[in-house]
Amino acid sequence: MSKATVLNRLHRAAGARMVDFGGWQMPVSYGSQIDEHHAVRRDAGMFDVSHMRAVDVRGEPSTPRDLLRYALANNVDKLKTPGRALYSCLLRGDGGVLDDLIAYFMREDWFRLVVNAATTDKDLAWLSGLVRERAPQVSLQPRDDLAMIAVQGPQARAKTWGAIAGSEAVTAPLAPFTAATMTSADFGELFVARTGYTGEDGFEITVPAVHAEALWSALADQGVTRCGLGARDTLRLEAGMNLYGQDMDERVSPLESGLGWTVDLASPRDFSGKAALAAAKPLRRLAGLLLCDEGGVLRAHQCVYTDSGAGEVTSGTWAPTLERSIALARVPAEVAAGTMVEVEVRGKRLAARVVKPPFVRHGVALVS
Amino acid sequence: MNVPNDRRYVDSHEWIRPESDGTVTIGITDHAQAALGDLVYVELPKPGRKVALNEACAVVESVKAASDVYSPLAGEIVASNDTLTAKPEAVNEDAYAAWLFRLRPDDAAAVAGLLDAAAYSKLIAEA
Repeated sequence: MSKATVLNRLHRAAGARMVDFGGWQMPVSYGSQIDEHHAVRRDAGMFDVSHMRAVDVRGEPSTPRDLLRYALANNVDKLKTPGRALYSCLLRGDGGVLDDLIAYFMREDWFRLVVNAATTDKDLAWLSGLVRERAPQVSLQPRDDLAMIAVQGPQARAKTWGAIAGSEAVTAPLAPFTAATMTSADFGELFVARTGYTGEDGFEITVPAVHAEALWSALADQGVTRCGLGARDTLRLEAGMNLYGQDMDERVSPLESGLGWTVDLASPRDFSGKAALAAAKPLRRLAGLLLCDEGGVLRAHQCVYTDSGAGEVTSGTWAPTLERSIALARVPAEVAAGTMVEVEVRGKRLAARVVKPPFVRHGVALVS
Repeated sequence: MNVPNDRRYVDSHEWIRPESDGTVTIGITDHAQAALGDLVYVELPKPGRKVALNEACAVVESVKAASDVYSPLAGEIVASNDTLTAKPEAVNEDAYAAWLFRLRPDDAAAVAGLLDAAAYSKLIAEA
């Protein structure tokens, strides 16, 4: 039986079509997922992301940072100012990707991680093992008492300020990829981050579960469009962002999943998975594909034929902003941007061009 | 859910409307379009093609998924609705108006053996 977020009742009341995602009943759309997509690119949309889990890492000053310096493939020492966020992989010893996450540095005695739904239990077991081995005084607290709402789009910040009295003063100064906490008279203790998974500006707001329905309704009253996982997928794919379990997982190196930029092999710092990654030369890479022929839609698991060997689509969709089909695909490392390849779509080979993601940022097409 | 009385249905969610000239018009049901979500690509059979009962002869792709359309009767394709190629979302807007193809059945009496609106309504209510 899949779990329900605290907003489940409101999703059903709004006519959402629900699906199971990572063990949670989540809205896939409330009507047209293409309309929801455009709402985010052009105005403001909101997503229930309460299936994702905030995990607080607390301990005596410097001990959370010391733990994460080893646990995360990206370097938490890049986080110098309170509120700064870092995207990172969590790697096994053999370099396989356990999860991708965002780490927020709030204070030297408090970091917050936000991890994926389906991987929460696995991540906690892995991190608990590292805590026992390396930092027994550090505590890991999964925050089941919190819900999360992502508000995304060019008008997302202004509409959030309209919905949450007093939030503009605290969150207007936030630079991209930073967060702040605030106390709201209506919605309690909020954690507001200028982050997202759509390629647009906006906030991800962590709210006490008891106030989540009220916040969701207040945002709807400001004209923020309810959006489901369907639009979230087309938005993140246009933005060239990976989905865990689809574009990367435990069996594939982050260096073959387009995540080399998040893996810090240069510094002397040791971290879980570093030795394995340093020893293996990547033979494949994650590339963007633009479908050039008519004849269907690119989808995960379709075979990609290149002059350098075969590859596979990891995520594919129809891109509403571009009005054509796009994909992420794992291809031989030597297949460069600009190369023409073929993808097998329902028995036919269709021409596609290799491009460098992202496909769209801030409402603007970056490929054609 | 909208299930008009003027046509027949099959459990793979196609509708079949008998025409006065002995042909039948075929499309997908409102239930099917809602489950698929926004359609973005349609591939239709060419007139003159012979199709067997339950043969996959058209494809509808939504943002989410690709789905075959099965011929609910054996026969010969006599027309296809090519306006959908440029406007697949017409199926989402009105699944009972946006037909996919027209077929001359080998056995005209076979239409009467398909589900009526009440039986199809019951089927989707139980799903």
